[in-house]
Amino acid sequence: MVLVAEPKQVVAPGEVLAEGDHLLGDNAYRIGTKIFSACVGILEVDGNRVFVVPLKGGYFPRVGDLVAGRIVDIGLSGWLVDIRAPYEAMLPASETPGPRGPRRRDLSTSYEVGDMVLAEVLAFDRTRDPLLTVKGPGLGKVASGRVVEISAAKIPRLIGRKGSMISMLKKETDCQITVGQNGVVMVWGKSPESERVAVEAIYMVEREAHTRGLTDRIREMISRSRVVEQVAGTQTA
Amino acid sequence: MPEPKQPEKLIDDKGLRIDGRRLDELRPIKLEVGLLDKADGSAYIEQGKNKILVAVYGPREAHPKHIAMPDRAVIRCRYHMAPFSVDERKNPAPSRREMELSKVIRESLEPVVLTDLYPRTTIDLFIEVLQSDGGSRCAGITAASLALADAGIPMKEMVAACAVGKIEGKLALDLSDAEDKYGEADIPVALVPNAGLVTLLQMDGHLTLSEFEQGFTMALEACKTLHAMQREVLKKKYATIKEAAEEREEAEVVA
Repeated sequence: MVLVAEPKQVVAPGEVLAEGDHLLGDNAYRIGTKIFSACVGILEVDGNRVFVVPLKGGYFPRVGDLVAGRIVDIGLSGWLVDIRAPYEAMLPASETPGPRGPRRRDLSTSYEVGDMVLAEVLAFDRTRDPLLTVKGPGLGKVASGRVVEISAAKIPRLIGRKGSMISMLKKETDCQITVGQNGVVMVWGKSPESERVAVEAIYMVEREAHTRGLTDRIREMISRSRVVEQVAGTQTA
Repeated sequence: MPEPKQPEKLIDDKGLRIDGRRLDELRPIKLEVGLLDKADGSAYIEQGKNKILVAVYGPREAHPKHIAMPDRAVIRCRYHMAPFSVDERKNPAPSRREMELSKVIRESLEPVVLTDLYPRTTIDLFIEVLQSDGGSRCAGITAASLALADAGIPMKEMVAACAVGKIEGKLALDLSDAEDKYGEADIPVALVPNAGLVTLLQMDGHLTLSEFEQGFTMALEACKTLHAMQREVLKKKYATIKEAAEEREEAEVVA
């Protein structure tokens, strides 16, 4: 049980992480007694478990994830949804709210191609395409707000430890923000200006996810743009 | 442009090659990662006069659907030489040689990619040779595995490749175009260093058994050097991310 690489360190695929009987976590594999990294990422150790947090990569569905996607097709019994995963997701009509759902009716009365929906991954086991549900509070069609698409690997950074980053963003920009695990973020603000600031801040998190003191810098950026706005407001008034 | 003349000597009196290298010396190598915005992963290599750009897309939905495998991802690879990459204009249509190279490059990378994690998908690799100077399949493999790693695709480790050959009766590492054309033999080798796996081994020309063994060892050593470079370049790109991790740790201590 020896850690070879240092925790919180950037590791490359094929790098030795540990030797001995550690438990294998995500993105790690074992040959003999040695444990290797399977991707570029940051080595994390949780008790006896060794895993690598990837720094890059697309969205891979997991059951229970909140995702936002666009309707791409309407079938006989449901909708096909693009959730930015390697698989097209299925939203069955039976998983829409209502007494019986819009079954046997024209499905396009509920959602049309191009509509944005907020959904939860109901089932996914890799052998079949993911199933979605919109039964649940806050789920369903998104009719307003701004959509920001960022890399799914940066979502944990956007949320921050125990939600620190996202709660700061919500408070400072005075916007309602919903984060889809698939990298689709939705922003609703009281004014277009506050939405614009929030969107900019989200892009900044994505761009600078790898820098020190990010939370403070974002907060500063938001307050600065607010000052600029106020100045502009007084000038026009 | 006329075909460049055969150099009188491939090795001069001092034992140096036409570009001034020693027999066991690699060409100057420049590696870059993540330079394409639209690709999921990308890499660029300059090895001597070779200039090769690699883009990786995926894992993504397989199209046409029938190529998808139920238990793993399919890797598709296209090695292509730009019409302007050689002295005489090359027809941009894929040639027999390019199709073969696409296949051997794909097969040299398949053993390291953890394809079973993404069933029914494809991973697409595009290797574009912008300027060619011999040994481009090896440089292509080196850059392609870097691009795969940059795409965040789970893999056992990166593959490094290098050729060894024989010119004027002597073994020489990393042949250039002229040395390949007018030399006696050429062996491209791809190595998966930790696993000790050779995933590409070809040979044209003639070598004795002992020459082959000696040359093969030379190529393996060079692959290890290249592998260290790949790792360094990849980690350098992401090194600043470590700071963010430290910040997270600090935040945890405060909380």
